[in-house]
Amino acid sequence: MGYFLLRRTLGFVLTLLTVSVVVFAVMNILPGDPALTILGLDASEEALAALRDQLGLNQPLVSRYFSWVWNALQGDFGRSHSFRVPVAELISERIPMTLSLAVAGMVMTLLVALPAGILAASQHRKPADWGVMLLSQLGIAVPAFWLSILLVIVFAVQLRWLPPGHFPGWSDPVAAIRALILPTVALGLVQSSVLARVTRSSALEVMRLDFVRTARASGLSRRRVLWRHVLPNALVPIVTIVGMQFAALVTGTIVIENVFSLPGLGRLIFQSISNRDLPTVQALVMLFAAIVVTANFIVDLLYVLIDPRLKSRA
Amino acid sequence: MRPLQFSLPLAGLILAIGLGLPMNAAHARTAIVLGIQQEPTSLDPTADATASIDGMLTQNVYESLTTVDESGAVLPQLATEWTVSDDGLTYVFKLAQGVKFHDGSDFDAEDVVFTFTRAMAEGSTNPTKSIFAPIESVTAIDPHTVEIKLKRKDAFLLFNFAQGDSSIVASESAETNSSSPVGTGPFRFASWTRGDRLVLEKNPEHREAAEVALEKVEFRFIADAAAATAALMAEELDAFSGFPAPELLPQFQADPRFDVTIGSTEGEVILAFNNSKAPLNDLRVRQGVSYAINRDEIIDGAMYGVAVPIGSFYPPHGPAYVDLTGQYATDTDKAKALFAEAGFSGPLTLRVPQFSYATRSAEIIQAQLADAGIEVKVENVEWGFWMEEVYKNLNYDMTIIAHTGANDMGNFARGPKYFYGYDDAAFNDLWKRISEEADPAARNALLQEGQHYLTDNAVHGFLFQMPQINIQKKGWDGIWESRAVLFQPLKDVSFK
Repeated sequence: MGYFLLRRTLGFVLTLLTVSVVVFAVMNILPGDPALTILGLDASEEALAALRDQLGLNQPLVSRYFSWVWNALQGDFGRSHSFRVPVAELISERIPMTLSLAVAGMVMTLLVALPAGILAASQHRKPADWGVMLLSQLGIAVPAFWLSILLVIVFAVQLRWLPPGHFPGWSDPVAAIRALILPTVALGLVQSSVLARVTRSSALEVMRLDFVRTARASGLSRRRVLWRHVLPNALVPIVTIVGMQFAALVTGTIVIENVFSLPGLGRLIFQSISNRDLPTVQALVMLFAAIVVTANFIVDLLYVLIDPRLKSRA
Repeated sequence: MRPLQFSLPLAGLILAIGLGLPMNAAHARTAIVLGIQQEPTSLDPTADATASIDGMLTQNVYESLTTVDESGAVLPQLATEWTVSDDGLTYVFKLAQGVKFHDGSDFDAEDVVFTFTRAMAEGSTNPTKSIFAPIESVTAIDPHTVEIKLKRKDAFLLFNFAQGDSSIVASESAETNSSSPVGTGPFRFASWTRGDRLVLEKNPEHREAAEVALEKVEFRFIADAAAATAALMAEELDAFSGFPAPELLPQFQADPRFDVTIGSTEGEVILAFNNSKAPLNDLRVRQGVSYAINRDEIIDGAMYGVAVPIGSFYPPHGPAYVDLTGQYATDTDKAKALFAEAGFSGPLTLRVPQFSYATRSAEIIQAQLADAGIEVKVENVEWGFWMEEVYKNLNYDMTIIAHTGANDMGNFARGPKYFYGYDDAAFNDLWKRISEEADPAARNALLQEGQHYLTDNAVHGFLFQMPQINIQKKGWDGIWESRAVLFQPLKDVSFK
């Protein structure tokens, strides 16, 4: 287990380092000048030069990179070029929005997909199964931004049940939950569909095994067998997918936040790339990468919990 | 197995939250919620060119020496009156008395001196330093009088002094204005949730506070046109100035809840030519392209008919406007003849930024030039790329862009490094005369000469004037239909 953790931590650090080099290189190769973006088309050469100097853009590329790494190691991710405030401040303002959305998307995915997948498996080749398969096929096929617009037209514009966008903050929990419903559905539908299908096929595979037949034969109810014996044994592929899905939900917020005008990290990264705001983009991509790597790491830990046989191998 | 059991409570919860709670309460009539497309990154118009900073804060939170009305005519603001010497080089401004900044400090001549000195300084990052270029010195004569001496005459000085770039700031707060703006205006900054909204509240200390109807102003940043439409339709917004999607207008025009107005802006949309390199350094090729394009088709296709065509570089609502749209009336045969004469057979690249007016116009222009036998390669490029490659490096043949500044014919006198790649001593001289001509009638005559000159030389393809599309809920009054400047004073906005 100690070796496992060490290997994982090393992998984590290497991944982040690689990501930081790639982002730094890409953002510098990409044509675009942060000073010009800030001062606009009427700016004089003199003012642009002064601003570049202020932003530290006149330093050589390599020394800028290493001073960034050095500061980042000390927890200082620099100041945003365009917002002129510490990047950490920008990110901490926006994390609650994105995490709320991603977690809500995850909860929806689990609440919809697990029952739907188990239902389909238990009703294999019956109408309920066909229904789940058909709906999930549809859910995978529908693009999230199109669904978002459709949901807004129906529930916000026509029926006026829910707000069409914007997040009022958690100080008013009811308003916050109302604001999250449509974005969560738009974000979670694809993942729910994928997970329902995975749950179904994984459960079907387990249901073919001898111990299930034995359990049924020994008089346990169908339902008890499904939830106590089939589901736990079908969990390994499900957990793998769920880990990847959480990462996909976090990155999926980029589109959803833009469609629903939600002030989260997704909107920020979108805007920062257009503004060539390197420190902000750098920190955000690192953060997204860290979330993905961490999600995978937690999945690996969960394997051990779910399947004790893996403990010795780990 | 009855899985419905598991999802029923969830569905119930969703329904309860969705149905059981009241709609948003109607906004009080002294509070307005305005949609705005562009999100600001800073709140200091003297350090950042983002137009929405001016749109929200200039002449609302910040004030300048002068201001302008809807037509662009200059009016007094912090300067209550002024005199100009006969040689046009010395301006003496009398300042309003008893004015306080929002942090409680007094406004006086020293603040004006500070503001201008800061903007003119060597390390200044003012986005429009050219405004201050003609200034020789700024001196406080007494606490309520400022004298500004110029190196050269500038006919646009008082107009430029009304802009956000010339906002009067205090030395105590200048550095923190980017996140908590302090000015002297009729509204105080209340809060800013980056990426989401900006809130202003009435400044009860303001000298005209009695005439200000609004107690609270909330701007919401909505970049996406579909999201803006939904927010308006769901009545989350009271108004949206500068609505970005003309194709979505019919549903608002048909809806009795809304007033839709289509005004004008200072934004000339041009098919810019790179005059500095072949093939568009050849007048015949530029004229050929000008003959090949059909403005009416472009306006119908790209702007859904909501725009006024232009034949030169001057807004149709301006006092010096001459209609030159007939000078290159679409004539594909003439275009072909000109291309043949120049020995030009294509192709041309058209690099356009991803604004819908530009990308849509590009496709139509591509088809029109194809009719004239010229292949056009359209490349949609991202804004940062456009700024670097097209604007800074002049790495393009043609592009499409809206020039939103007022009095910006001087762009053509900005020399060969400016992205037009245009350098013409005759025009430079003409622009110098225009910018120094104090008499409005004489200046207008020169501006007309300028329009003819630019069209005769087909410096660019001139397409249309960008419309100002406003959508507002019925009852609101005082929102400008047309925009001669980037800002919108909210002092006179009220609910009838």
